[in-house]
Formats: sequence, structure tokens, C-alpha cells
Amino acid sequence: MMRLELVKRPQRSVLFSALSPFLAFALTIIAGAIMFALLGVNPLTAFRIYFIEPVSQVWQLHELAIKAAPLILIAVGLSVCYKANIWNIGAEGQFILGGIAGSIIPVLFPQFEGPLVLPLMLLLGMVGGAAYAAIPALLKTRFGTNEILTSLMLVYVAQLFLDWLVRGPWRDPQGHGFPQTIQFNDSAVLPELMPDAGRANWGFVFALIAAVLVWILMSRMLKGFEVRVLGSSPRAGRFAGFGLNRMVFFAFLLSGALAGLAGISEVSGAIGQLQPVISPGYGFTAIIVAFLGRLNPLGIVAAGLVLALTYLGGEAVQSALGISDKVARVFQGMLLFFVLGCDTLIHYRIRLIGLALTKPESAAKLEAAPKLKEAR
Amino acid sequence: MSANQDATNLLEVRGLTKIFGTLTACDHIDLDIARGEIHALLGENGAGKSTLVKMLFGSLEPNSGEIFWNGQAVRISSPGVAKKLGIGMVFQHFSLFEALTAAENIALSLDDGSPISSIAAKARALSYSYGLPLDPESLVGDLSVGERQRIEIIRCLLQTPQLIILDEPTSVLTPQEADKLFQTLERLRSEGKSILYISHRLEEVKRICDRATVLRHGKVVGHCNPREETASSLARMMVGNEVQAVVRAPVDGIETAQPLLEIRNLSRKPATPFSIPLKGISLNVRAGEVIGIAGVAGNGQGEFFESVSGEVLQQDAASVRIRGKDAGGLTITGRRLLGAAFVPEERLGHGAAPRMKLSENLLLSRHATDGKAFVGTGGMVKSGAIYAAAQRIIEAMDVRKSAPDPEAAALSGGNLQKFIVGRELDRRPSVMVVNQPTWGVDAGAAAHIRQALIELSRSGSAVLVISQDLDELFEISDAIAVMHNGELSKPLPIAEATFEKVGLLMGGAEPGHAEHTLETA
Repeated sequence: MMRLELVKRPQRSVLFSALSPFLAFALTIIAGAIMFALLGVNPLTAFRIYFIEPVSQVWQLHELAIKAAPLILIAVGLSVCYKANIWNIGAEGQFILGGIAGSIIPVLFPQFEGPLVLPLMLLLGMVGGAAYAAIPALLKTRFGTNEILTSLMLVYVAQLFLDWLVRGPWRDPQGHGFPQTIQFNDSAVLPELMPDAGRANWGFVFALIAAVLVWILMSRMLKGFEVRVLGSSPRAGRFAGFGLNRMVFFAFLLSGALAGLAGISEVSGAIGQLQPVISPGYGFTAIIVAFLGRLNPLGIVAAGLVLALTYLGGEAVQSALGISDKVARVFQGMLLFFVLGCDTLIHYRIRLIGLALTKPESAAKLEAAPKLKEAR
Repeated sequence: MSANQDATNLLEVRGLTKIFGTLTACDHIDLDIARGEIHALLGENGAGKSTLVKMLFGSLEPNSGEIFWNGQAVRISSPGVAKKLGIGMVFQHFSLFEALTAAENIALSLDDGSPISSIAAKARALSYSYGLPLDPESLVGDLSVGERQRIEIIRCLLQTPQLIILDEPTSVLTPQEADKLFQTLERLRSEGKSILYISHRLEEVKRICDRATVLRHGKVVGHCNPREETASSLARMMVGNEVQAVVRAPVDGIETAQPLLEIRNLSRKPATPFSIPLKGISLNVRAGEVIGIAGVAGNGQGEFFESVSGEVLQQDAASVRIRGKDAGGLTITGRRLLGAAFVPEERLGHGAAPRMKLSENLLLSRHATDGKAFVGTGGMVKSGAIYAAAQRIIEAMDVRKSAPDPEAAALSGGNLQKFIVGRELDRRPSVMVVNQPTWGVDAGAAAHIRQALIELSRSGSAVLVISQDLDELFEISDAIAVMHNGELSKPLPIAEATFEKVGLLMGGAEPGHAEHTLETA
């Protein structure tokens, strides 16, 4: 009988740590080629349509920036959580709540116009996302609940809450019964960067600024040091006098605020009103972005652009080849799978163990346990 | 067994070599163990003792070399093979389930499926016949460390081994418990069994061992009869040069010195079912003195350290006072700002973050006390200043390292400990609390650390040292108190303290008990 065991490598290869995202991308391409071949499509054609055509013209690069902006904003926040070993899986919900909170002004006070509107909306969006993220933080610090479960479940609450709002109290009375709010007035719309060239809006600039600021926070500031210590060795963090509970709130509030900013930027910039669905899963895809970017804010900018491309490519193969755009999800899933796989194999090597030959102590004990029960 | 076999050694090792990456942990080791002898394996930490015995017990496979058992070449590929040959091992760190009884723990290691009741009966009989009384029905969680070791020994003896390997067996025992163990070992020797005894305690090696093999840097540097050697000649073989003796000048007028650390009736409920409650601990540490706290591991030292350092807060703010101020309600940062410094027992993961550089680990404990020097406006870290300070500490403490600013985990235990102690000494703290200052540290580094602690106290600080190493406490302390089962005895001035007195207190005898409630006065 054989058994697989992961054995920690004494040293990590610096080269392969850096190469890991590229290896993962190459493996995704290979697996994707097999998938396209099985679907009866020439993989080369499919890849051209999926990865190259969506970014061959300037206006398409603007579309890429529109998709990348929320991914980067959310992932930068999540990277702080994950570095602190705090698992916020609910950015999708924080994104939605940010969108809703930021829309309070243009939906409920449409006559309020002027230069103040947009900053207030962005601020409210951040507050909404942060407040929603505070719920799992509070549950974790007060009752010791698992933040993975609570933050994830709150996503569904947020989705249904938005659905109810746009079908009920916030529905546009002149909207012919469509489940959506009124169109935001001009001062509530996030301006485009270069209206002549394409649709990209200030959300992408926010994403870049957030990435740089969080990079400075994590690499140059005491707070970032606190995040890294508590994440890598919590007991040493306690010895340093850093509080774990405070860190849970800090990480959740920061990532919630950034997800909320992404949400209101998307609603106010790309959509212009609230609809039952405002995100094609940005909050979940951003988890992949965070890891593909090695939890480094600058790496996340690059990873965000790659993942944004998988969205555009999914739409492209659907219209050109008639393949379901769910293929985008498949690519995202494979990318995450291979990133995590590469990272695991950088830290561990696989050892094949014949049970009968070399039985370690622990295995012997585990096997002895059932015998013990019989004996009694 | 034939007469011919009796002439050969029980175990012969020839040219045994084990290489880890670039490190040759064992380099062509030769070792003979005769029947009926207690053979000492001596060496500093990192000399290769553990690697060697792991190869003998089948936990590690050698890269080259041969092992002969009763004159036959054997390959010991797993602990199971070693047990079949007749090699038993008692590890330094026990592998027992606290929630099971002693008999159940023993049954787990025997693969024969015999019923618990018969195992318990055998274990009881064996334990009494060897003078190590043990109740097989008792829960391991309720037993002392010494009793837990008995389970390990009985577990090993039940497999009727010819060779028993004991790894640092007395490091967790009181002197009296150790005496009992020695009697058992002598009894086993008289029955013709052989014992490989790993230790760095030279006095006990001289006392019970017939022969010794000394390792240094993975090589055998000598075989000798320890009874014909002195402790210092053995130490010289182990270390390779003379270890500087620690100098402790007596202090005058200590009775009138101001107490900088006052602990008043400190109590703490157990945090987990297996942790020790603290019961009314009181102690004063005055400017200029070193107080040692002795005790067998697991008698509340860890809980006490956490309470004093502020990693766990107290209800009663006056139960810990630092430089005359109530500190019981302050966090570890607040206590550091009052002038206290702390060195915990665990180096990696508690005193230092393993995957962080030494300079970052300097910031770990000093980001608040040296806020101006290390952290700029807006919370920006001044990495240049921290790097320079880390290099200063590395130089002052003679920390040996492979890179200018390596990760903490890349340092050997002793060098990391020198850095961690140096990190606190560099602040010139008025109160220094250290848990196990030289645990697993080689003799040279240990002497350096001890001398530094004494010098800190003589410059007017209060130093509190918690240690399981009695030799160390007698070397550096001005008074020794003993922690047993969550209670602290009255400190014995070093002039009155003897190994025997301290050992009795460690075992729970309480000659000082009546007085120690008066200690606060």
C-alpha cells in the first residue's frame, strides 16, 4: 500500500517562488488547450479569440481597465487580510453593500447635484463596505466564529438585499417595471478618463493609488509589520504587544472599505444605476487575483489585468465560437488551482511512502488505535 | 546466547555518516557498546548526538557506514526494526496522550493487540520491580513530568530491549527523582542490559557511566572513562577549549535596595484543563540582584511568565508592580514602557518571528520603547536605524550568522538566543525577566548570556531568571525560589541554598511554606 506525503523543503527556491505565477499561467494554457480541443475547437483559434483579440484595440484596453479596476481594488484589500492570516471571503458582499450605500444619494436625493456629490458617494461606499465587513469581524472577535463561513454567507444576504431593493423600494417608477433604480444624474457619475478613446473611468486610477498606498503600508510602515507578524507567528505578535482582535477589525475594515469603493465605482462609473446584479463575481475572482499577485499590491495590479482578460475572453469566445462564457470561470478556477499547486510544491515536496516498509511512529499509533478499542 | 556472542560487543558502529544538505551532522562515527554497560554520549547542542541516536533507532537512515548488532551487520530502516532487534528508546520530549491513561498510552505503542487489563498488570508489576512505581490507571494529564517519564521507560522495558537509549533523561527531573532513575539504571545494568545515556550534565555522567564517547561538530573526538576524568576535562573535550567561568561578585546593601519588580499575591485560574493555576505568588526583585526561580518543567513557570510579562492581564492591578507602579492591568507594551524587558522560553515563534529578518525581530519587541528611534512620523519604519541597531547587538553579543541580516530561523538556537537576550539588554532595562535563558544553548554562548545578566543586575537593574537548569541558577542567582504546582517558595539566599534543599522544594516538600506567605512584608 502506498501513501503520499508532503514533506517540507528545507529551503524555498527563490527562483521558483518568482516563477510560480508564470508557471501557473502556462499550466492553465495547457489545460485550457485540452479543454478547447475536447469542445471541438482548434485551441490556437480559441486562444487567439480568448486572449489576443480582446486587447487588440485601444477601446478594448479601456474595457480591460474597467474590468481590472474592481479586481485590483478588492484584491489589494484582501491581500492585507490574507497576510494577517484572516480569511475574508465575503468581498463580493462588501462590494454590493458599497454599491448600495454609495447609491443612497443619487437614488433618494436625485435633485442634489454639484461637485460634492461624487466624493460623498465614494465615501459612503467605503463606509458601507467597511460596515458590512465589520459584521464577520465582530462575530469572530466576540464569539470566535469562523470568518470564512460568516463572511461568505453574508454575500448571499447582500445579493438578496440588493435584489429586493431594486425590485421594491428603490425601483424606478418610470422604469416600465424593470428591476432597476433611476439613472444617476450627471454629477453622480464617475467621469471617464479619456472619453474620446474609451470608457475607462477613474475607478482604475483609484485602484492604482490603492495598490501603491497599501504597498507602502505593508512594506514601509509599522502597521504593515504588525500585519505580517500577526499573520506569520501570532504568538510572537502577542509578545510584541500587537492585539489580534484589533488586527481582525483593521483587516476587515480596510478590505471592506476598498471593496465598497470598488462597488460604488462600478455602479457609478460603469453601470450608472443599481441593477439586481452589479458584479460578475468580482469579489470572488479578486481572491484569485490576490494570490496570483503573491499578495503583493504591485503584483496584484498585473494579476488583476490578467484576470480581467479572462472575463473579456469569455465574452469573446461566446460571441465568436458559441462556447458558454462560463469558460471564463473555468479559466479562473484553473488559474487559482495551479497557483496554489505551484506554491505548495515550492514549499513542500511529495514523497511516496510504502506503508509496510517504513512506518513512522505516528502512523503506527493511528493504526493501533482501532485495535485498542477492540481490546476493550 | 552462545559464549562466542558474549565476546563481541552488543552494538558496533563503524564510519556512520549522515549528511543534511551541506551540513555533515555525523561524520564517520565509530562507537562500541558492550553488554551490561552504561555508555555516555556527550556533546554540545548540535554536536550530532540526536542524529546519531536517530540512526540507531531507525528514524533516520545513514548516508554511509555500518551498524553491527551482536556481530551481525544490520540495516535499521525503521523504529519497528529497531524494536525487533531489541533497541528501545526514551525520548527527551515525551509522546503521550494527556487525555488517556498510562496503560492506554502503553498499549498504543505495543502492536500485539493484547487487552488493556493485562498490559496494565504487566506495567504495574514491572514498574514496582524496578523501583519506578506507577499507577497504570491514572490519566497522563494528571501526572508530573517525572511520572510521565516513567511511563516512557516502562513502555520501553515492556519490549524487553537489550539496549536502551535515554535522551537527556534528567533534564526534567528533580535531583531526588534523578537519584531514583540512576538506581533503576544500575539495576538494569546488573541484569546485563546496555544503556546509551545522552547528556550534557557532566557530574551525573561521571557518577553512573562506565565509558563515554564525546562528539564535537559531528565527529568523535574521544572515548574515555568518565570516572577518571574531571568535569572540566570532559567539558574541554566537548567544547574544544576552556569555557570561561561566570563571575558573580557579591553585592552589598541589597537588603535596603529598592524593589523594582514586586509581585503580590498573584493568582491565576488555569486557562486550559492541562495548564497550572497560579496560587498567591509573592516575590520582590530588588535593584542590583538576580533572583532565580527553579522548578521542574510544567509547574506553572510558563503561566507565571505570561502573567508577569503582560501577555495575560491581571484583574488586580497591584499584583504586578514595576518600578513602584501598578502594572497588573497594563499590556506587555505598557510594562515595557515602565522599563521592563522580557525573554520568553520559546525562541522561534514567541521571542522571534521565524521568517523575519533579525532587524525586523528587533522591531518586534522595541517598536514602542524605542518609538522615536525606530518609527518616524506617520508610522513609517526607519529601517536604516533598525538595521544599524541590529548590527550593534549582533556585534555586542557575538552572534554568528551566515548573512548580514538573516531570517531568525536561519540562526542556530544559541545564536538566536544571544540575539534575543541582546535585543533586550541593549535597552538597559530596569527590570529583566528571562524564562530559560540558556535552554539548548552551547556552553560558550550560555556563559556569555549568564555573565551579561549578572552585569545588568550589578548596574542597578532587577533580574528575574526562570530556569530548569539548577547549575545555572546556582551560578548566577543571589537567591533562589522554587516553583511547584503553581506556588512559589520563599527565596533562599544563595549562601543558604543547597542542591538538596532546592531539590526537596522542587519535589513538593514545603519546608519554607509556613513562611512564604509573609514574604510580601
